[in-house]
Amino acid sequence: MTPGLRDRNPRNAELVLLVFSVGIAMAAYASVGLAIDGAIPAGMLGYGGGLALLFGLAHLALRRFAPDADPVLLPAVTLINGIGLAMIHRLDLADAERAEQLGREVPSAAAPAQLTWTAVGVILFVAVLVLVRDHRILQRFTYTAMLAGLGLLLLPLLPIIGTTINGARIWIRVAGFSFQPGELAKLVLLVFFAGYLVVKRDVLALAGRRVLGIDLPRARDLGPIIVAWGASLAVLVFERDLGTSLLFFGMFVAMLYVATERRSWLLIGLGLFMSGSFLAWTLFGHVQQRVDIWLHPFAERNVSDDSYQLVQGLYGMGTGGILGKGLGQGRPDIVPYAKTDFIIAAIGEELGLTGLMALLIVYAIIVQRGLRTAVAVRDSFGKLLAAGLAFSVALQVFVVVGGVTRLIPLTGLTVPFLSYGGSSLVANWALIAMLLRISDAARRPAPPPSPSLDDAKTQVVKL
Amino acid sequence: MNAPLRRVAVAVMVMFGLLLLNTNYLQVVRAADLRDDASNPRLILEEYSRERGPILVDGKPIAASVETEDRLKYKREYAEGPLYAPATGFYSIVYGASAIEAESNSILAGTDDSLFVRRVIDQFTGEQVKGGSVQLTLNPRAQKVAFDALDGRKGAVVALDPSTGAILAMVTSPSYDPNVLSSHDTAAVRAAFEGLNSDPAKPMLDRSTKETFFPGSTFKLVTAAAALESGRFQRNSEVNNAAQLDLPQTSSNLPNFDGQPCQPGGRATLEDALKRSCNAAFGQIGLDLGADALREQAEKFGFNRTFDVPMTSARSLFPAELNAPQTAQSAIGQFDVRATPLQMAMVAAAIGNRGVLMNPFLVQEVRAPDLSVLDRTDPDEVGEAISPQTADTLAEMMVTVVEEGTGSNARIDGVRVGGKTGTAQQGGDRKPHAWFVSLAPVDDPLVAVAVVLENGGGAPEVSGNELAAPIARAVMRAVLGR
Repeated sequence: MTPGLRDRNPRNAELVLLVFSVGIAMAAYASVGLAIDGAIPAGMLGYGGGLALLFGLAHLALRRFAPDADPVLLPAVTLINGIGLAMIHRLDLADAERAEQLGREVPSAAAPAQLTWTAVGVILFVAVLVLVRDHRILQRFTYTAMLAGLGLLLLPLLPIIGTTINGARIWIRVAGFSFQPGELAKLVLLVFFAGYLVVKRDVLALAGRRVLGIDLPRARDLGPIIVAWGASLAVLVFERDLGTSLLFFGMFVAMLYVATERRSWLLIGLGLFMSGSFLAWTLFGHVQQRVDIWLHPFAERNVSDDSYQLVQGLYGMGTGGILGKGLGQGRPDIVPYAKTDFIIAAIGEELGLTGLMALLIVYAIIVQRGLRTAVAVRDSFGKLLAAGLAFSVALQVFVVVGGVTRLIPLTGLTVPFLSYGGSSLVANWALIAMLLRISDAARRPAPPPSPSLDDAKTQVVKL
Repeated sequence: MNAPLRRVAVAVMVMFGLLLLNTNYLQVVRAADLRDDASNPRLILEEYSRERGPILVDGKPIAASVETEDRLKYKREYAEGPLYAPATGFYSIVYGASAIEAESNSILAGTDDSLFVRRVIDQFTGEQVKGGSVQLTLNPRAQKVAFDALDGRKGAVVALDPSTGAILAMVTSPSYDPNVLSSHDTAAVRAAFEGLNSDPAKPMLDRSTKETFFPGSTFKLVTAAAALESGRFQRNSEVNNAAQLDLPQTSSNLPNFDGQPCQPGGRATLEDALKRSCNAAFGQIGLDLGADALREQAEKFGFNRTFDVPMTSARSLFPAELNAPQTAQSAIGQFDVRATPLQMAMVAAAIGNRGVLMNPFLVQEVRAPDLSVLDRTDPDEVGEAISPQTADTLAEMMVTVVEEGTGSNARIDGVRVGGKTGTAQQGGDRKPHAWFVSLAPVDDPLVAVAVVLENGGGAPEVSGNELAAPIARAVMRAVLGR
């Protein structure tokens, strides 16, 4: 990096990008109002002001606590968060309209809740930056993180607070609030994976037998990956959560590979994944059904019921075409769960291929910035953690967008920062805070050379 | 660890690349298929969010869209549903559309290519895109008179303008109310549709163009036309005057209706045979001419093919491969000869149009929302069914049927009416169909009519003259304004 760029304060660039992001979010909000009510929505200024205040706060926290962090990450997630808010608001209006027409009670709007959760997310973001002054201290909590992560994963299985929604037991309900602990578990487990692998990487990298030109690990070292595999399968079996199961195992294998630099782990991971998939497919009707829907979404037996959601999403994206119907001018509300799992279909319908590709590229930028942080940071724990955080975003986006666009079978996951849902939003804001914390360390200029040792007086040691 | 990190970065880029490729495939390559898929509800919702153009008869809407309060902004309403149902069809969110609602959908919905420029302008001006209107050829008085005359009995009436082929009346009975199918209450629509579908009277069947019947004696017009066209018969040629015709190769015979000779104690001409509808005479003519000549003549009148009016009519049939007895029976419109009421009206119309058969059509004019004319149907000849001389002769013979023969109930004071009765046997216990086919005024025909009452519409004694001729007369009077 040239000294000139070094000198430039990344926070100033960030501020410019941030203004741009908030501007786009406000334009999206205005566009919804114009399309549906024919007028700029009354709450426009309050909305824009609120966003500016929140994201400004995040920006100031970065200035104060992570001044050297990557300048692109915050504006990127701000953009996605803002577009998500506009789309959820737009779907709220459609739901309200339909409820009125059917003479039903108008459901409570999701967008204000999402805005509140955004605020909580930003507060957590700031809190992470304030409390975690150096990402390396997280390494101390490796095993605490493991326990916490497993605990969070198991919470929904507990009686009373555990709740099954739409067949998946991934929710807990406490005092009227429902929460998906899996989202937070993702974060905590990433800390555990990173801490654990940093310690064990040398052992796990030891070569065992050499088969077909690939060094296989020693059989006794297979323990951890088998445990991760088993835990993922357990999530699938007991919580019926295909997406989370896939996400955890994928994250672990990727981090294992980065830590050990051994390709054999990828092959073993792939083998375990395939056998696990096959096992799940043979054992569980709901997995077979997902595959059947994926392969034959338009088949008579599926279309009216099982594959309705997928097919309606595809119709929506097809109708949107290249430029989209325009915000507020399509019918994304036809697709069930358009605000959460299927918000990508809503984006595809109203913002078109153009909007969807732009969005995917913003995600790609976030992931690449994260991976670049991993490359740049000097300590192994930081590298692993940053890689895990970035890869988890990539994998999650791939699994949910690929599912909705029928690239792969559909597994329910939220789209980070975009989907409606407090747990996901808050956890992802914390994730970005951690990434920025590592990035700050990675990009911090080397400390000015301490007064030269040459000039220091040498002590004469008397023998 | 940086080497595997870079490989992970490449893998991640491949993942995003796959997503981008796949969205391109979905939203560019597959986009049109997905968008236009019949089960994509967005199409219907979009269609319902626009004001669909009206279907007009004599300038008055018989189908129009009215604004509603519910999710689908517009609802289709039919001013006189059952009366015009075979023409308008229905427009249902559950069952799609039928008849003109389906055939002219792109105009009515405003999606037609001819409305493209207007749509683009509307897009920019923010004007609500509206559908165009479709004006039908129907004569509201004739339509109403025919419907009222059928009075719920199973049957149908078709009236044509002989010189153009314009359909002046198309009535089916019993009918149904398309309003019950255009409701936005899908459960009610389903229930209504199921009910109509399972009704043994088949109210949703358009008997005027989509159902075929034995034409019976009305088919003698075709046989007579073939006879005259052959050059072997004149109006006053002597024909078989026996009371019955022995069917060759069989032990059965073809008796006259009353079991008497056609002209008791004398000789019968072709005109007498038509006037008194003598089966033995026409059976013999059929045998003399042969099946091929009969079929050829029938096909010139439009048998063995369909017509798009624009709804596709049922195919009227004159069978292939007939032996002698079958030929004799076919010559009097029995055996396997079948005709739609539209077909029989076309036979009369061609006779009235000096032998030239016109393509029947229902849509007069198509207009854009601003009332500018987008399309007007020009009369179109199917071809010459018979020579002008034959046509004139036949028309005069039809006049004698009404004035001196079996069609007395079709007489209109001061108008020369030509007609032909039919009482088509069904075999078994089933009652015959009562037919009447007519033309008026014969010297310069303005209307050709075909009436059928399925199984005589339930009357104890079935006769074309008693049951069908009065209906034809009422329709002719309505068109002629007398």
